[in-house]
Amino acid sequence: MDLTWSAAQERTRLELRKWLEHSLAGWRAEIGTERSGDTREGFAQQLLWERRLYEADWSAVSWPRAYGGRDGTLWDWLIFEEEYWRAGAPQRVTQNGLQILAPSVFEHGNQEQKDLLLPRIKAGQDLWCQGWSEPNAGSDLAGVSSRARRVDGGWVLDGQKTWTTRGAFCSHLFGLFRSDPDSERHRGFTYLLVPLDLDGVTVRGFGRLDGDEGFAEVFFDGAFLPDDAVGTDVVLGEVGEGWRVAVSAASTERGLLRSPGRYQATVADLLELSEARGADAAMRRRIATAWMRVDAYRLQTLQTVTALMDGRDLGSEASLAKIWWSELDIELHEIALDLLGTDAELEGPWSKGHQFSLAGPIYAGTNEVQRNIVAERVLGLPR
Amino acid sequence: MRFALDEDREALRSTARELLTELCPASAVRAAWTGVPDDAAWNALADIGALAVLVPEPDGGLGLDETYLVPVVEEAGRAALPHPLTVTALVAAPLGVVGPTVATDLGAAGSVVASAGFAECFLLVSGGGLRLYEAHEVDVEPVETVDASRHCGRVRPRTGGRSVTEDPDAVAAAFDRGVLGTAAELLGLSRTMLELTVDYATQRHQFGKPIGSFQAVKHHLANARLEIEFAVPAVLYAAYAIAHGQPDASRSVSQAKWLAGRAAAVAGRAALQCHGAIGYTTEHDLHLYLKRSWALARAWGSADFHADRVAASIRL
Ligand SMILES: Cc1cc2nc3c(=O)[nH]c(=O)nc-3n(C[C@H](O)[C@H](O)[C@H](O)COP(=O)(O)OP(=O)(O)OC[C@H]3O[C@@H](n4cnc5c(N)ncnc54)[C@H](O)[C@@H]3O)c2cc1C
Repeated sequence: MDLTWSAAQERTRLELRKWLEHSLAGWRAEIGTERSGDTREGFAQQLLWERRLYEADWSAVSWPRAYGGRDGTLWDWLIFEEEYWRAGAPQRVTQNGLQILAPSVFEHGNQEQKDLLLPRIKAGQDLWCQGWSEPNAGSDLAGVSSRARRVDGGWVLDGQKTWTTRGAFCSHLFGLFRSDPDSERHRGFTYLLVPLDLDGVTVRGFGRLDGDEGFAEVFFDGAFLPDDAVGTDVVLGEVGEGWRVAVSAASTERGLLRSPGRYQATVADLLELSEARGADAAMRRRIATAWMRVDAYRLQTLQTVTALMDGRDLGSEASLAKIWWSELDIELHEIALDLLGTDAELEGPWSKGHQFSLAGPIYAGTNEVQRNIVAERVLGLPR
Repeated sequence: MRFALDEDREALRSTARELLTELCPASAVRAAWTGVPDDAAWNALADIGALAVLVPEPDGGLGLDETYLVPVVEEAGRAALPHPLTVTALVAAPLGVVGPTVATDLGAAGSVVASAGFAECFLLVSGGGLRLYEAHEVDVEPVETVDASRHCGRVRPRTGGRSVTEDPDAVAAAFDRGVLGTAAELLGLSRTMLELTVDYATQRHQFGKPIGSFQAVKHHLANARLEIEFAVPAVLYAAYAIAHGQPDASRSVSQAKWLAGRAAAVAGRAALQCHGAIGYTTEHDLHLYLKRSWALARAWGSADFHADRVAASIRL
């Protein structure tokens, strides 16, 4: 047991802290009024920010050097996240590519796919959205009915995806398609990589709870997807094995998408807010409780990362983290709204953050489904 | 950076666990409700050095730190051991009180003292310091408590005893260690209550199915597992913080106690609810663990007390 960072890690942290401070100021001066990344204008602004991260080699610290990363361990990633959110940097609009697709490419992609796709993801050249959910396939993802029919030289796609985050601003979609029409449930899916500018693909953006155009639905009407539509093979993993790819991505999404750094930053903002607004004894207790939970998440992550570094799998325990961070995020924002009192209804970072926090228990597998997973796979209760 | 119970700590823990499973089953806890607790498990813990983990080697101890002892204390909690392991090994031993079974009022000043009915020594708050009394130097008035295996009593010294420390920092540190041990015991109790209930929910059938297949039952138990998951690292960190004299040690024990208390509350409610009426009886074992958890949740500072300590330390 050793809870200290190495001298090298401390140096990197300070280097990053300085870089963030300086670059964020530069970026903010460049863009003028900062908009949410879930609007078209804000998305474009944040791509400029992503460009700065990319040029300074901060866009994917944990990737191998061969792919332009820093060869960072999960520890380095944690440090990056702590500093990133502490500095008040924006959400990563490239996160679907960097944090959901790229791990799948590393795990299931062939060499050519790695060589071609990863640098483009990292540079923000290809902007990826996640095409899993459909109108009739949400929690029960095995109900996906979008089809991919094999034809000479490619695939013909039909069906509809929805709730596609930032789909209206992205260039590509990765997702699940039923490639074997006679298959059922988890079998017969293929994980396909699809450019959104194909003929027969229509993307319609629409408002999320906060009104921003962060959602999209994507329609496929006999769209022809050539085998090399993304410059390399459009099939990730094996034909018919799409479910496996999705499952490994889902566990990354649940467990590691939301680093403790975010909530550490939120709770720090909350302490400032409470100082500015004044908190009575009961409110101070509530904030202290939220602080303890955030810190417990940080500590639990240190344990998880230690286990991962020892070569253990993340597995179903990721579901525990997902329930914890998502419910904690709501509590943090509800405290903030209560501190703001009647000002809580003003548009601003807290009201916006509150609305976003409410999505946490829904996306990345609803918390009801996560509780089922904990009960069945962690505790071993009968199905 | 590395945050895990490494092999040697895990080894000590599992030795303690094995002997407690054998020598302190539910029947032993139950027997302690009506008589002085059987010493078999306590003596076996002494034999493996568990009572003297924090005592330097030259003085006959293991010369290890809190990160070794706390997992053992958690095991004692898991077994609902009626003996005062927290007080004896974690509070008193580092103050040089080594050997006897110790009771103290440090975590409940002015109120009843746990283990008073059978302790060999009493470590009592006196002014700003702590004094030690032999059992024959105090009057113990037994009191009835919800968990009778705690053998609580009101204690009044008959002699002046001897001073153990007058140093307020040492007293504060002893208090923090008591809080830490109590948090670890609560964590162990939470685990037992959850395990008992997972077993029961797998066996008990209603509507032609195991009740553990009903989603409402699953979610109760998932919630208990969730609170345990996040209390575990907090308790371990608090042990580390104390062992390494970290500046946030006091805050971290308060955090650990708060989270472990919460885990025990959630696990206890879930356990009782999912057992149905069988859990609501003294014939079933669940109540042994449940009642211990109620007592410990308020001992060594309530949840609010510890939340306030955390609030003050983050400058709220
Ligand atoms: C902000 C946001 C961003 C998203 N981004 C994307 C994206 O980029 N790409 C993408 O593919 N999808 C995305 N989603 C969709 C998300 O994955 C789904 O919303 C989620 O899987 C739940 O599906 P559903 O909305 O159809 O709800 P349903 O599955 O219809 O669930 C409705 C309710 O029923 C409950 N329920 C369902 N099944 C069970 C069960 N077995 N046991 C207990 N309760 C159950 C659910 O918990 C929920 O409370 C996003 C969603 C949100 C909110």
